[in-house]
Amino acid sequence: MEPLTFFLSVFGASAAAGLLGALLGLGGGIIIVPMLSLLFGVNFHYAIGASIVSVIATSSGAAATYVRDRITNLRLGMFLEVATTTGAVVGALVAGLLPGRVLSVIFGVVLLHSAWTLFRSRHEDVPTGVEGSPLATRLRLHGAYVDPALGRVVKYQITRVPQGFGMMWLAGLISGLLGIGSGVFKVIAMDLLMRAPIKVSTTTSNFMIGVTAAASAGIYFTRGDISPFIAAPVALGILAGTIAGTHLLLRMRGAAVRKVFLVVLMVTALQMILQGIRGGIR
Amino acid sequence: MRPEDRTDPIPSITRMELAISVVLRWGVMLSGLVILIGILAFALTHTTGYAQVPAHHLRDLLAYHQSRGPGYFPTAVHEVLAGALAGKPYAIIAFGVILLIATPVVRVAMSVLFFLAQRDRLYVAITLFVLAVLLASLFTGVG
Repeated sequence: MEPLTFFLSVFGASAAAGLLGALLGLGGGIIIVPMLSLLFGVNFHYAIGASIVSVIATSSGAAATYVRDRITNLRLGMFLEVATTTGAVVGALVAGLLPGRVLSVIFGVVLLHSAWTLFRSRHEDVPTGVEGSPLATRLRLHGAYVDPALGRVVKYQITRVPQGFGMMWLAGLISGLLGIGSGVFKVIAMDLLMRAPIKVSTTTSNFMIGVTAAASAGIYFTRGDISPFIAAPVALGILAGTIAGTHLLLRMRGAAVRKVFLVVLMVTALQMILQGIRGGIR
Repeated sequence: MRPEDRTDPIPSITRMELAISVVLRWGVMLSGLVILIGILAFALTHTTGYAQVPAHHLRDLLAYHQSRGPGYFPTAVHEVLAGALAGKPYAIIAFGVILLIATPVVRVAMSVLFFLAQRDRLYVAITLFVLAVLLASLFTGVG
């Protein structure tokens, strides 16, 4: 393969990953890592380094639009970043001490269980009848956004703050430990536990994943895991893809977003279980 | 249809939201532009700026260099800056990547300032904590 062919192929696939990531609040690692390592035979270290770049690019590229359109819940995101950043640091510190493969299987099973819960609420555009918790009120986490697909303002209340915070800590731990799947856990924590509308969950996850990834980006960069030739098409492709993804999310109904997320959730769960069984995680 | 086209019963965009969105937008546009310049320089000159990598063969470009020691591309900030100023294509791309990594950090730092201006002590503490963890893990290499 010519270098140019490689560049264009990775650019195109990264654009698809950016679109999906912007839509669902994920970093696109579940596409980038297998694509680079399995399809193009790129070394696993470079694939992980590129996926870190893809997460940061997806996050900033998508959040620029979502924050301006006021779908992202800034306070919710910033509050939960306390959990994800500390979780990520702990995850990186204990990475060698814990059985990564066993954890990968366990978290994969947790995701499968969440998929079942999500499946039962797949027709839901926005949650109804949620009574906000006093702690969420004190932290001023409740919010409202204009939903163009529904043609109205959606007001929502946040509940189960400690549980969501705990799940976010786990999301950070997983990203520090396994390098994958943290966006999926963030969306689940906000959607299923804290009962934020799905669009608020995915866009706030998008807002947050860049910070979690930036915390670990330094070590990958100095270690030499971020190859310029591989990072360039990934970063440029992702940025192009997020432009399309953000336009799409505004027009999609919440229930449709839930269904796409459900598919990706199951793929991620199976990927984590398989990785745990076969090995291949750091 | 854009949200701002309709009558809006919720308060209009705050200065903080606007500033955060502008920082993120400029961060990605600037880093994207720098990476693009770097890759164009690479395509036009057929050199990475780092002699050890032959720029014509994909296998060599994708080979994992870390285990073979430094020198294939810059991995420290001062090397990146020096290389980018010298016009080395790989260093220009790496500089764009650094801009990309710095964008969320700048965003967090800026939210601290906005919460300070609002005298929102709780969220000053929250964002300051996140910034501290972020900087600590960036600079100590933990995380």
